[in-house]
Amino acid sequence: MDTMRRVEEPLLKRQLPEFFPGDTVKVQLKVHEGDKERIQAFEGIVIRRRGDGLRATFTVRKVTYGVGVERTFPIHSPLLEKIERTRRGRVRRAKLYYLRTLKGKAARIREHRTS
Amino acid sequence: MTQLFDENGKVVPVTVIEAGPCPVVQRKTAAIDGYEAIQIGFWPQLKAKRVSRPMRGHFEKVKVAPQKQLREFRLESAAPPSYTVGQVLTVALFGVGEKVRVIGTSKGKGFQGGVKRWGYRGGPETHGSMFHRAPGSIGASSFPSRVFKGHHMPGRMGGALTTVKALKVVKVIPEQNLLLVRGAVPGPAGGLLTILKRR
Repeated sequence: MDTMRRVEEPLLKRQLPEFFPGDTVKVQLKVHEGDKERIQAFEGIVIRRRGDGLRATFTVRKVTYGVGVERTFPIHSPLLEKIERTRRGRVRRAKLYYLRTLKGKAARIREHRTS
Repeated sequence: MTQLFDENGKVVPVTVIEAGPCPVVQRKTAAIDGYEAIQIGFWPQLKAKRVSRPMRGHFEKVKVAPQKQLREFRLESAAPPSYTVGQVLTVALFGVGEKVRVIGTSKGKGFQGGVKRWGYRGGPETHGSMFHRAPGSIGASSFPSRVFKGHHMPGRMGGALTTVKALKVVKVIPEQNLLLVRGAVPGPAGGLLTILKRR
């Protein structure tokens, strides 16, 4: 699989911000409208990271107007302008699918504090 | 397989193929062999000990390093493009956007039933059904009193020569002899493939 790495390596993003499931992130996304391009933000909790190398993706969940919305982004996509971590969460598992069945107060995540 | 991003940021699934360099080892002609073809090699055999004597002679005669794989390609006529023995074919032959045909041996699936092998619909799994994945009727009764030849039945699946047509070349990396085509290709990772340019 060394060949695969040689192909993917030059296309990987350098200096990726550190973020984990449970963190709240703001994703700055490039959106094309006609011939114009603008930045759209999507902010929510990271509930999953999966894949390796160029194929890695992460899923962000947020609740808007009482409706849960999840979006999955390829980490190395050129459409992602910026990933910004706004809050670190303390969670005990890698995939936070259980959040889908919870709402309101129960769906909160404790903040991760480093002392 | 991996994936790339196109100019719009869309994900393109690609297979990375190590293609060449392939030296032309033999030029078969209608006059001598009865047909026009070239024989090309791939994957240099570095250990001289592993090359059998007859093969060593075959390679030494044309001053080409021994190759692990040899494959013959028929030419329609002696007309150009002409090939000379010792000439090396590389990925530079292919251009981005070009459609190619890829031939390989598919992964062996073992003995499979009709549902997987031929796409039988099968029956309901529940609601009292006792007909799940069985093949069902394989023909009529007193006429013809036999099963027609070639009827789709369970059996060995995979491990057969498979051709995928019109795969688009997404990227060519000549320095590393790599060819990236859109989509999947027959066979396991590391399997040997034949790539044909479209006429």
